[in-house]
Amino acid sequence: MDDLIADFVAECREMLESLGGEIVAWEAQPDDRARLDNIFRFVHTVKGNCGFFDFPRLEQLSHAAEDALADVRAGRRRADAPLVSAVLAIIDRIGEMVDVIARGEKLPEGDDSALIEALAEGAEAAQAPAAPVVGDTAKGAQAAAPRTIRLSVELLDRVMSGVSDMVLARNELARRLRDGNSDVAVDGAFERLSGIIAEMRDAITRTRMQRIENLFVGLPRMVRDLCGELDKQVLVDIDGGDVELDREMIEMIRDPLTHIVRNAVDHGIEKPVDRLKAGKREIGMLSVSARQSGNQILIDIADDGRGIDGKKLVEKAVAAGILEAADAAKLTAKERLQLIFEPGLSTAQRVTQISGRGVGMDVVRSNVERIGGIVELESRPGQGTRMTLRVPLTLTIIPALTVSIGNQHFAIPRSAIEEIVRANGESVALSRIGGAGVATIRGRRVPEIALADVLGLPSPLSDEERTLIVLKPAGGDVYALAVDRVHDHEELVVKPAAPAVMATGLYAGTTLADDGSPILLFDPAGLARVGGVRLEAQERSSRVAEESGASVKPGVSVLLFRSLDGARRAIRLAVVDRIEEVPSEAIQIGAGQLRVQLGEAILPLAGMETPPPPGEKTRIFRLNDGMMEIGLAFREVIDLSQIAAEVIPAQSPGLVQGVTLIDGQPAELIDAHWLFARFSNPAIASGRQPVCRLPEGDAWMQHMLRPIVEAAGYVVVSGEGDVEADLIIASDPGEPPAQEAERTLWLRSNPEAADADPRSIYRYDRAGLMMALKTAAGGVK
Amino acid sequence: MNELLLIVTIAEQRVALPAAAVESVVELDTLIPVPRAVPHVAGLSALRSRVLTVIDCMRSLELGVSRTEGLVEAAVVEVDGHHYALIVDSVEDVVEALSDPSPVRAAMGPGWERVSVGMVETEEGALLLVDVAALVLGAAEARAA
Repeated sequence: MDDLIADFVAECREMLESLGGEIVAWEAQPDDRARLDNIFRFVHTVKGNCGFFDFPRLEQLSHAAEDALADVRAGRRRADAPLVSAVLAIIDRIGEMVDVIARGEKLPEGDDSALIEALAEGAEAAQAPAAPVVGDTAKGAQAAAPRTIRLSVELLDRVMSGVSDMVLARNELARRLRDGNSDVAVDGAFERLSGIIAEMRDAITRTRMQRIENLFVGLPRMVRDLCGELDKQVLVDIDGGDVELDREMIEMIRDPLTHIVRNAVDHGIEKPVDRLKAGKREIGMLSVSARQSGNQILIDIADDGRGIDGKKLVEKAVAAGILEAADAAKLTAKERLQLIFEPGLSTAQRVTQISGRGVGMDVVRSNVERIGGIVELESRPGQGTRMTLRVPLTLTIIPALTVSIGNQHFAIPRSAIEEIVRANGESVALSRIGGAGVATIRGRRVPEIALADVLGLPSPLSDEERTLIVLKPAGGDVYALAVDRVHDHEELVVKPAAPAVMATGLYAGTTLADDGSPILLFDPAGLARVGGVRLEAQERSSRVAEESGASVKPGVSVLLFRSLDGARRAIRLAVVDRIEEVPSEAIQIGAGQLRVQLGEAILPLAGMETPPPPGEKTRIFRLNDGMMEIGLAFREVIDLSQIAAEVIPAQSPGLVQGVTLIDGQPAELIDAHWLFARFSNPAIASGRQPVCRLPEGDAWMQHMLRPIVEAAGYVVVSGEGDVEADLIIASDPGEPPAQEAERTLWLRSNPEAADADPRSIYRYDRAGLMMALKTAAGGVK
Repeated sequence: MNELLLIVTIAEQRVALPAAAVESVVELDTLIPVPRAVPHVAGLSALRSRVLTVIDCMRSLELGVSRTEGLVEAAVVEVDGHHYALIVDSVEDVVEALSDPSPVRAAMGPGWERVSVGMVETEEGALLLVDVAALVLGAAEARAA
């Protein structure tokens, strides 16, 4: 939060500085539209930001100034001298407040009504600001040196290209040193230099890059606050926060993104009542996602609200004089929507505190276009709006895998890689269907293309000798790419390639390898396209909707293994932390049961009856329920797989929950709940709270409790859906949803808490749990 | 009037490039091919920390294929923020233009016609002034555009 405030202050100061001249010029020439727009944007930005930061005084001031200026912009009012001085007085006051915020002090209570009243039409010329924000004492603190400086990107660029050249010079020097007579002292010094250069390159590269997460992190809070004010319910779904972007870009996108999200919540998503009437779920969905596609970063903001009414836009535009009525009739549906980007136009029925009058949109577009981006708008009445910001990938660090065909190297963005398998591996089969390649990887059929064929390069290897990289491009389906050799994972600084190279559709950019030779970075979706693989685009929103529905049961990933007594068993992958191999000395009987020592921790050990003979190594799954750990001994891992078939429950509770078919053969499914219930150590568990309260994201609930509940005859739904539940299981201490408290079962992690809610049950109290499940189930019938 | 020109030889023809557009003249050592790119993109090369897209000028003019083995001379230019290396037979000298470019009335080949800005007088005689961006664009793209 402090970072955000520092950013806000820096931004305000910067704008104030550049406004300095504008204000004076505007005073001399109140009709100057461009100056008016600049000042308007300033107050608008301040207003937008302080809604987020909770600076009510700032917000009131900027909102009042914005109102008055909007009237001027819309031609409802003339900018006369009193108005100009009133606005200037407000801007001065904002400047003072920003200084107070910069010093980290709280904004004092104060009265700004005189300033605001001065804005009213016909008001007397504003007096000199009556009450200064703070006393003189605070002025001294202003001299404190700032802890950050702002640098021009150009300077950083120069430093960066200098460092890159240094790296290349180092490599050249390294070659020379290798060839020539080597002196230990020289080598040592060179090693040091080399290390320093690498570190420096890293640091300087990072200075420009920022995870886009920084941009997203404030959104859920902002949406929540907006929902509170507007009496709406909105679920925010954020994805792709780990895309890294030029810092400058992030700053440029920050405002537009905020505006769009505000607009979506304020104007897009309807009130719960209206949503129900329209046959939608009460809770609106707002999904914000970022992904890299080709040489662009795409930021999608999609809501499932009422959409944009093109007709209304046209009416407004005609009324505002932006459009001639005759021209209006000729507009296509798409062109109508584009009207939203015209300055001074809005579809909102009334002006609200939240997003104003759609003014954001012209600012949004001009900001995005200034960095060479595009704003795309797609809207279906009644179904929602999707805004896409396409921002050029000027310079990005992408974790990538380098591969080669013949002796030429290429890079593949790691984000798109699902897995890497050898074409001649056991679980892989290659076949040709009608001339097209199909790879069967552990029972899953995926289209296969050979990179050498796509590129038309000669390759000495046959199909079976290659390595398959399973790729999942953004928004598409998986396919396998056969490459000759896989080399290394590297973080590459990617730059856009020349248009003639991009025109192939295969590449996302270029980068330099450590030896200074250029490498091409593939665009996975482009490869598939050129290779003739059809990618069925998946709509994000539909996928999200499915996940929270009751009928869809996602395939559960399990680890198939052979136990010490030779049984074929499976355990849910999510509860397995990692696999360890321990010497037999580490396994001993202690406090009545087998225990294994792993590093500094001693864990209860299951899956083994007696300590192993000395000198043998035992392999152990380290299981974790988020609070405690258990070891489970096993002989070997068979494979990773998914549960697709029904689970036939076991007769009595025990280590094995039931039997199911995995890859066509029966396997016993480990009951992780039982395991933890049996071995859990109350002393360790006491006093600690579950990490997540939302059952949807609660791994324990999903992977351990869910099977029990399902075995008791329930259908399990996750998260907040519109399906009415008969029993709600929550972890304590939760905020009780009042109307649902009677049907809610609280699970606590502490067996004997004195102050525990009497309605709650210890989460490994299997009998109590079953009883509660039965009681609730009985109540329904 | 006093524009400086770089005289280079492409396909055994002496032509002039505007010297202001040429950042440097380099000898290419590495050349990484770009599979599936248009033919006149000979590949990628690196100049210090920058990636250069190497343009085969003879192919761009549809006058054959430039030599890419051995010592290859190239003029580095920037077009729309991207850096290109134009492969030329040889680089000669920088001279001063003695006239503004004037239309060439003689019949040139279609390739030259496309990249021609006009004819300029120099101390070395009349030379064809070449449009760098058109050279980079290539013949196929020019037809498509």
